[in-house]
Amino acid sequence: MTTTTGTTASGLSGAIKDGVGTSPRRPDGTLKVTGEFAYSSDMWTEDMLWGMTLRSPHPHALIKGVDITEALRLPGVYAVLTHEDVPGEKRYGLEYLDQPVLAEGKVRYQGEPVAIVAADHPETARRALERIRVDYEVLAPVSDPIRAAFDPDCPLVHEAGSLPAHRQYNQNGNQVRYQPIRTGAFAEGASVEELRARADVTVSGSYEVGMQDQAFLGPESGLAVPAEDGGIDLYIATQWLHVDQRQIAPCLGLPADRVRLTLAGVGGAFGAREDLSMQIHACLLALRTGRPVKIVYNREESFFGHVHRHPARMEYEHGALADGTLVYATMRIVLDGGAYASTTPAVVGVASSLGIGPYEVPNVLVDAYGVYTTNPPCGAMRGFGAVQACFGYESQMDRLAERLGMHPVDLRLKNAVAQGSRIITGQVIDSPLPMAEMLIRARDAPMPPERAALPDPGDPRILPGGMANTSHGEGVVRGVGYGVGLKNLCFSEGFDDHSTARVRLEVIGGEPTVLVHTAAAEVGQGLVTIKGQIARTELGVEQVTIHPADTRVGSAGSSSASRQSYMTGGAVKNACEAVRERVFGLVRERGLVAPDHASALLSLSGGKVLSATEGVLVSLVELLGDSAVEETREYRHRLTQMIDPVTGQGDSHTQFGMCVHRAVVDVDVELGLVKVVEMTAVQDVGRALHPQQLAGQIQGATTQGIGLALMEEIQVKDSVIRNPSFTDYLIPTIADTPPMRLDILECPDPQAPYGLRGVGEPGTLSSTPAVVAAVRAATGRALSRTPVRPEDIVGIERA
Amino acid sequence: MRVTFEVNGREVSADNVWAGESLLYVLRERLGLPGSKNACEQGECGSCTVYLDGVTVCSCMVAAGQAQGRAVRTVEGMAEQGASGEARLSVIQEAFVEAGAVQCGFCTPGLLVQTEDLIARTVGRGRGVPEDAAIREHLSGNLCRCTGYEKIVEAVRTAAERTEEGAR
Repeated sequence: MTTTTGTTASGLSGAIKDGVGTSPRRPDGTLKVTGEFAYSSDMWTEDMLWGMTLRSPHPHALIKGVDITEALRLPGVYAVLTHEDVPGEKRYGLEYLDQPVLAEGKVRYQGEPVAIVAADHPETARRALERIRVDYEVLAPVSDPIRAAFDPDCPLVHEAGSLPAHRQYNQNGNQVRYQPIRTGAFAEGASVEELRARADVTVSGSYEVGMQDQAFLGPESGLAVPAEDGGIDLYIATQWLHVDQRQIAPCLGLPADRVRLTLAGVGGAFGAREDLSMQIHACLLALRTGRPVKIVYNREESFFGHVHRHPARMEYEHGALADGTLVYATMRIVLDGGAYASTTPAVVGVASSLGIGPYEVPNVLVDAYGVYTTNPPCGAMRGFGAVQACFGYESQMDRLAERLGMHPVDLRLKNAVAQGSRIITGQVIDSPLPMAEMLIRARDAPMPPERAALPDPGDPRILPGGMANTSHGEGVVRGVGYGVGLKNLCFSEGFDDHSTARVRLEVIGGEPTVLVHTAAAEVGQGLVTIKGQIARTELGVEQVTIHPADTRVGSAGSSSASRQSYMTGGAVKNACEAVRERVFGLVRERGLVAPDHASALLSLSGGKVLSATEGVLVSLVELLGDSAVEETREYRHRLTQMIDPVTGQGDSHTQFGMCVHRAVVDVDVELGLVKVVEMTAVQDVGRALHPQQLAGQIQGATTQGIGLALMEEIQVKDSVIRNPSFTDYLIPTIADTPPMRLDILECPDPQAPYGLRGVGEPGTLSSTPAVVAAVRAATGRALSRTPVRPEDIVGIERA
Repeated sequence: MRVTFEVNGREVSADNVWAGESLLYVLRERLGLPGSKNACEQGECGSCTVYLDGVTVCSCMVAAGQAQGRAVRTVEGMAEQGASGEARLSVIQEAFVEAGAVQCGFCTPGLLVQTEDLIARTVGRGRGVPEDAAIREHLSGNLCRCTGYEKIVEAVRTAAERTEEGAR
């Protein structure tokens, strides 16, 4: 159920069919339901070879030698490559160039690629991998992130001097980035003891978030085709074609223009495709063999083939007056980045700046660390550092409310930020943020019926344990919990965040038609639909074609940080406006505007050019004839700043998003099983461009948050992954997922195209603490770690 | 070895099939039918669901040789061809697109097959439109990571209602 409230004032005509604000069908929908949509794993050519990767079984080891002789002898094997065969740069990375294309001398995580093979059948390739002999000298893993961060005697994961210096990140030892924030009395040097004296109550807690996997369904895959010019054409599932190109080309020793990327069908992303996986490997094998090479990871390999959500250890303390007014807050967060930096510095930037959440707190002390260990590398996942912090600060708010005897919503209302508030970096929230209203709406939404009121209260399908039939209702207790999260939207901290769109208007088959070309990655979110809607609205033309995304047009930036509707939407809007102005110029040049109506406003509608005073001037078909009008435009959001490496102050974010969740759960307190009964989500979206797809984003985000609350964790022991499969790493099924009640607010952000606010991530933040709070309410347990395990609920100590 | 079976009403053969190849591999890599998806290869996610002699199975868990002489139906067999060659979507396919139950779409082929099975077992046997709990139970072997399943439940309900109306 979705209800929508708010203004719809944007000045746009609603006349055009399937324009902005409506919910047309996805242009790729028919192909996706007929099985014809070509995902990266479906790429195929007659003469292609299969690539496969040999990965280290050890998380930390020296490589004394690699012998590929026996692998090369196997019939059907066309190439076996190691680091020696990388012609250009040996390392790549999104922020630090620290990740080897193929391991050289040392491996730093279990699953690190050591060698690659191309063969005529995947099974031949697999057997070839078995014949490669690698001589390892196993080292002790560096698996404890706290020790890695703070123990001066801890071995360095990357040898001293082997990494380029990044001073703005306070890089030091195994610390990839250290970011402090000091405000109020803490900025003046006050101690925590001094602030405690000013508070009536204090609460502190240690919290932990496990390692979550993005678990997209479409595995890492792609097809590299060698080109006649010595370059390469790569068909790939990624989140950002141009950043892939920027990293691949130097490693191949090729100029960027000879590494051409085209987006293949993407089976979900959620951050896991921001880093490279098989891209360089497939290109190396294709260039070496002169044949197209396809690489497809299977599920187990996928767990080793991409970065995960950073596990976090957090220490919080909050002090408040007796009426709930917050006096101070302190936080220390350690984010385990694993063996290679990936986006860890940016994740630290988010986790620190949003570390206390959407609350007015005059005195704040934050210390945020990202560290190298020999654990699986971690980087982007939906929510990006804000998810971990949100579990910490929301758990604290519940603990404080309980201490004060307040309703958890009342305590949040007492300290809620709003438009005009400053977050802890000093940045002013300068667009609408109706947090108080959202909290009240979530609290006051109708409750689902009590189980006893249902026709069959003993139906196992509605009980914890479900069809495992573990209970008929005995020992089942209901709980309700709340969560609020604040997320930065678009890229932060001074990044030159932009997108590019090329829009062409011409007459095809007697109809005016718009062609929209961007490099933006459609990963499932529905950007392809949005681009068409914007073109229709801006140009008054119904027929829109979306060109495949590739590197023949400028960068669109990443499909992450909830930014594509804002950024690529903004670029398409800009390019359409430029096309429209040229059309109006043509109309004036041809004398179609009567001299006494020269100042009248022109518009495009229904394939015609209209004057506000004269009506229809000319149809586009007549005006354009055989000619086309094409414009390419970039879009940039406002400038942001790095936060200061000492004080943590600076306007680092572009836009803020917020979701409020209320969770209702039934808990079998004897067996430790949870059934989520219902989730209510209240989110301000600025302006809904496609209400149906937007609801799908919030529902999907909510479900990933439920997963992190109750079941999803990559279990790592001594840096070794113990559950790399969908049998052992659980994601919510349809039976684990409850009905959802959505309440969408539209309070436009004047800075953003159409007033929109990114929607993909905020729900991922608040969902997890809301569910855990509901389980706490049902059980009375403290539950300071997520995911909550059955033994945590029933109170069994872990060995 | 050579494997011969029926796919979507048409007899097909694949040569040089290695004994370890799954039905999914043969469909995707040897028969040009990549609609069924490989997302876990251990029967956990349902993305590769097809009918084998009228029963839904994870085709990754069926050895290709086991399909010898049997009838397979995949997502590619669901839509009819219109007069000018365009796809005329089935009621279920139509409902999925219309409801917004498709995001990345990787789980969609398997879900469509499993939904068709549910509707055949309920509406098709005169048992009426399945309740939400029954929909969730029947589709609990098909993982989706994008949608949170809300719009999938909606699409299945709509498709079942329309099938029932059509049968009257």
